[in-house]
Amino acid sequence: METTDQIRERLLAAFPGAAVEVVVNPGPAAQHSLLLGPDRAREIAEFLRDDPALRLDFCSNVTGVDWPARDARPGCLEVVYHLYSMARKHGPVILRQRTADRTDQVTVPSLTPVWRSCEFQEREVFDLFGVMFPGHPDLRRILMWDGFKDHPLRKDYVEPDDYEWEPTAHGEVLAKAKRHQAAAGEGAGP
Amino acid sequence: MSLSPSPLSSPPGPQVRAVRDEFHGDLLEVSMGPHHPSTHGVFRMMATLDGETVVKLKPVFGYLHRNHEKIGENTSYLGSMPYTDRLDYLCSMTNNWAYALAVESLSGQAVPERAQYLRVILAELTRLLNHTCLAGFLLQDCGASGTPLMYAFREREKILDLFESLSGSRMMCNYQRFGGCRTDAPPGWLEAAAALVDGYGAFLDEYEALLTGNEILMARTQGVGRLPAALAVSAGVTGPMLRAAGVDYDLRKVDGYGFYPRFEFRVPLGAHGDTYDRYMVRVLEMRESIGILRQALRDIPAGPIMDPKARLRGFRAKPGEAYGRIEGPKGEIGFFLISEGGPNPYRYRVRPPSFINLTILEDLCLGHSIADTVVILGSIDIVLGEVDR
Repeated sequence: METTDQIRERLLAAFPGAAVEVVVNPGPAAQHSLLLGPDRAREIAEFLRDDPALRLDFCSNVTGVDWPARDARPGCLEVVYHLYSMARKHGPVILRQRTADRTDQVTVPSLTPVWRSCEFQEREVFDLFGVMFPGHPDLRRILMWDGFKDHPLRKDYVEPDDYEWEPTAHGEVLAKAKRHQAAAGEGAGP
Repeated sequence: MSLSPSPLSSPPGPQVRAVRDEFHGDLLEVSMGPHHPSTHGVFRMMATLDGETVVKLKPVFGYLHRNHEKIGENTSYLGSMPYTDRLDYLCSMTNNWAYALAVESLSGQAVPERAQYLRVILAELTRLLNHTCLAGFLLQDCGASGTPLMYAFREREKILDLFESLSGSRMMCNYQRFGGCRTDAPPGWLEAAAALVDGYGAFLDEYEALLTGNEILMARTQGVGRLPAALAVSAGVTGPMLRAAGVDYDLRKVDGYGFYPRFEFRVPLGAHGDTYDRYMVRVLEMRESIGILRQALRDIPAGPIMDPKARLRGFRAKPGEAYGRIEGPKGEIGFFLISEGGPNPYRYRVRPPSFINLTILEDLCLGHSIADTVVILGSIDIVLGEVDR
């Protein structure tokens, strides 16, 4: 199979001016990925699926990654797609899409029209990370309940105060109990 | 035979038709589950029915959601290993292996030969166990209460006994480690496994005599829930479901992970993609698994079971990411890990096969009767511990 750089060259030839960058994976797995800009992401995805040499017809895994702002790096939410080819039996080619920030502009184009397997997984990314996918046919929460407000897989998610008295209290539980009792205005626990 | 109309029945004429017209065209919404014996756990199907025919069906799940991935990000690499047992609680050995494989590809670790053989043996035993139980559950869903399931559970218990004597636990094995396996097989274990494998073919013959040619099973499953190959590929369906649709894609052959390229086995494929094919492909896969087990138990070498350089406690991976996947009994189970060099993974993602296989549940059920949805769902083979995570 072609390397990530070769695929990028071909994509740039087919889509002049499209934003395609290679994200290098420094680890021993060396699974590098392609970062797509939002404008032509779906066309590029369709190209990768239909190209006779690549035939990436199988989108195996879709997931989100939360990158809060750190030092000079601005924060963003990232969606990662692992593509394989069942016809050519090769892979993976990894696609990434990034949102502009983590608060207001949290949209990336949905790839569900290209690979049906994204349907539930993009719903899950929406549910747990809060990424919006324009073009998704049925974007609802999937694991959390409908009335839930937050996105629990974000790094700055704060767990609800669900303290219950435990018979074998240890340091962490006692600290949690103190916080809970202070918030609830209670005296000593049971 | 003609009967004179009973004086008690409604008189024929416009009145009767008016009553029928009132019902005709009305759709009925039925919530199957979450506590329904056929849903294999807390799973709900919101079905819209026209008479008995399904015109819309939306799966609803998340009742067992405990944010497994968040817990994985707050735990050390080793700490997640016993927790992977709880994903697909029938197949803890393959979950362990998939996670170990992902960590090994993240850190570039090697695995000794004996451990690779033990992994293959345990994964194939898990496949036998899962497919046997699935056939039992499928028959239970068709209304054959008890008998087939008890036959299946009898055999499963023998395999669980083997797991228990190896790992100390029947189902929550927590056995694989990155860089090898936790304990070596105790004396006599391999012989006991070989004896079980030798007897398994006879059990399958008995089971197949009961099921494969069974008129009721064929009537309930043939032509039901047909999955076209193109849809299966696009929807990311994997495992026996995909191969029942006729797509030749088995990660043991494609990726050749572990020591699978050393073993000779065939990949059974279905021709129609219906529920019967999904049952049949699993039966044939069990026969191939028996062959793999025979070869592995014959060839397993002596030697260490852990990479001597492997470090479990305080394990840290270099910054980077890795996606590792294996052919689990239910389909492709994969783990995606991102390391920033810390003691915990920065991102820990499980690719659950039965969650993604559920994508096409509605497509399979449309146009079939509500009773068939139970059989179709049974043939998808879901475990809610893994779907909900």
